[in-house]
Amino acid sequence: MTEGSYSTMPPTTSTAFLKAMTAVIWKDLAAEWRSREVISAMLVFALLVIFIFNFALQLDAQARAAVTSGVLWVTFIFAGTLGLSRSMAVEKDRGCLDGLLLAPVDRSAIYFGKMLANLVFMLATAIIVLPVYSVLYNTNLFNAGLALVILLGAEGYAAVGTLLASMAVQARTRDILLPILLFPVALPVLLAAVEASSGFLGGAAWAEVAPWINQLVVYDVIFTAAAFMVFDFVVEE
Amino acid sequence: MGNSVKLATILDIGAGALLAAATGLVFLYAPVEQVMGMVQKVFYFHVATAWVGLLSFIVAAVAGVIYLLGHKPDWDVVEMASVELGMVFLLIAIVSGSIWAKPIWNTWWTWDPRLTTVTVTELIYAAYLMLRSGIEEPERRARFGAVYAIIGFISVPLTFLSIRIFRTIHPVVVGNSDPSALGAFDVSPKMLQTFLFGLLAFTVVYAALLWHRIRLGKLAEKVERMRMER
Repeated sequence: MTEGSYSTMPPTTSTAFLKAMTAVIWKDLAAEWRSREVISAMLVFALLVIFIFNFALQLDAQARAAVTSGVLWVTFIFAGTLGLSRSMAVEKDRGCLDGLLLAPVDRSAIYFGKMLANLVFMLATAIIVLPVYSVLYNTNLFNAGLALVILLGAEGYAAVGTLLASMAVQARTRDILLPILLFPVALPVLLAAVEASSGFLGGAAWAEVAPWINQLVVYDVIFTAAAFMVFDFVVEE
Repeated sequence: MGNSVKLATILDIGAGALLAAATGLVFLYAPVEQVMGMVQKVFYFHVATAWVGLLSFIVAAVAGVIYLLGHKPDWDVVEMASVELGMVFLLIAIVSGSIWAKPIWNTWWTWDPRLTTVTVTELIYAAYLMLRSGIEEPERRARFGAVYAIIGFISVPLTFLSIRIFRTIHPVVVGNSDPSALGAFDVSPKMLQTFLFGLLAFTVVYAALLWHRIRLGKLAEKVERMRMER
């Protein structure tokens, strides 16, 4: 072992970054595979939200056509908040976060690892919720456009959500804080995602939906870049 | 300290005088608008307070960036002071806008881009204050506050852009107005002078209040330190 490997400077080459990032993702996914805590909670919660919407909004065939994308997105972001706060809370409670931060890797690798793991949880929830919704309401939600929108929307939401969750988890009022911090900031992503989804579900042409997709991409880039830049300040001690 | 207190007093008196003069201009100098009548007078202070609200959130975001770069507690105080003032001024803008909207748009509220964006901004900064109140350790509170001020400041224009794609009915006084906007009017020179004077007056009021709030914040910090040392 050379002396350099004891240095406190994190390795900055891109392979080391990728390795650290995949290690964090892998850790989260393996822990989730064994406990199935987060995804099962997100899933049951998402289904409950859909049920509540059914009775609260009287979702008959006509009403559904207009509100399906809204119902879906509210379900996703509520379930997403659950997953985000849980995934940071387990790190904090068992002292894992300190262990992660002590590791001689680039801090942003930890951010991207957590963010991508959260994204996987959100997408996994969506993959189960969509067919269930299709069966319950006898509509077809299998739509390549909608899948793209969900991918982009969930990415933007997870990008800013992971950052804010890692702040909220360190506050005294953490359980109530995350949605309050996250919802107003993530609003542009939600707006564009709902508009694009209702475009695709309503059978609009690509050219009509394209502006919303472009906006989503831009928001994803902006939020990911901003969160990446300030994450170091959130975890520094 | 003595010198800065004297300066603050001058600033206070100046701000009060400017505000009184602006009020005088609004009611005595500016002509009554032909179609809307007296209620149009709300416009002068409505836009001025909205501008100060916007300015204070810019100040807060810039202070946040400077804080993160240097970790000087003073900038945290500036950021916090500016957010608090921004919330007050923006609330005045929202309420005065509602008073104008009731007779002109025939509703207190509409989900127009500007109205929605301003409200979301207000909510973001309310969340900012809640985040701060949930953290006891001053250094961490300052860091998190700065991060959230920056993220919030990035998000607000994006929200505005998103909603702007829908058609707006809010009149655009400066720049090109959409012909479908309700309540737009031609600004006469006297109106413009009054308007600009109002902007100046409110900006000075903001500066004076900010000064006092920063001073208060620093004193509170000092008290905190003394209590810890005892």
